[in-house]
Amino acid sequence: MIVDIIAGVLIVAGVGFLGIGVLGVLRFPDYYSRTHAVAKAETLGMLLVFGGLLIHLRLQAGTAQLVLIAVFAFLVNPTATHALARVALRRGLAPWKRGDPT
Amino acid sequence: MIGPHSSPNMRVIGILVVPFVLMFGVYVIAHGHYGPGGGFAGGVIVAVAVIIVRMIAPRNLSERFFPPGLPLWLMVGGMGLFVGIGVLAVAWGGDVLDYASLPLPGDDSRRRYLSILLVEFGVGAAVSGSMVFIFDLLASLERDS
Repeated sequence: MIVDIIAGVLIVAGVGFLGIGVLGVLRFPDYYSRTHAVAKAETLGMLLVFGGLLIHLRLQAGTAQLVLIAVFAFLVNPTATHALARVALRRGLAPWKRGDPT
Repeated sequence: MIGPHSSPNMRVIGILVVPFVLMFGVYVIAHGHYGPGGGFAGGVIVAVAVIIVRMIAPRNLSERFFPPGLPLWLMVGGMGLFVGIGVLAVAWGGDVLDYASLPLPGDDSRRRYLSILLVEFGVGAAVSGSMVFIFDLLASLERDS
């Protein structure tokens, strides 16, 4: 009972973070801030959702796969964003400054 | 200008992840009968592993890992495996792609299971070959310009 409530709170919080990430992608002015929104909010949101699912499912055959997916998403998502932003900066895409047109 | 990433983060995480991506790709190819996946999805995942290596390793290393001439042979060989098994069924008196007539051990369902596995690996080889081929082509266009 209490465990289910904890799992529900975690999943709802994770979905909230994912929503904030989407909002960031839609509203931020340039490439760098958009990738930053995706990297941070989506990594945390995904971990929260997977944590909630793990608590909800307890120990089953599928939970090991859930843990693996969470670990690899946690490793790869920030790395991919890092690579994207780094390449863009090397190629000379200028970051947005206050006052620039969006 | 195009070359491997110089970022150490990218290299460490990429080298950590590549074996698991390859394993997952083969798992998706071999598991295609039972769940979502199959030759197409698994082939793309295998190709992703090769593309990660292309992105992080120096050129001589990545070409030793997956020679640039290999994608063409994979495409031809995978397609040949698929068509070959399908047409081979005719030689033993079945219809085209009727795998139960192939001279493999076991009953009908077992024979279909084995030959569908072979066909899935053929499709996977063809798809991963074409994906890496497209990536190499785009990279070489960028490099030469």
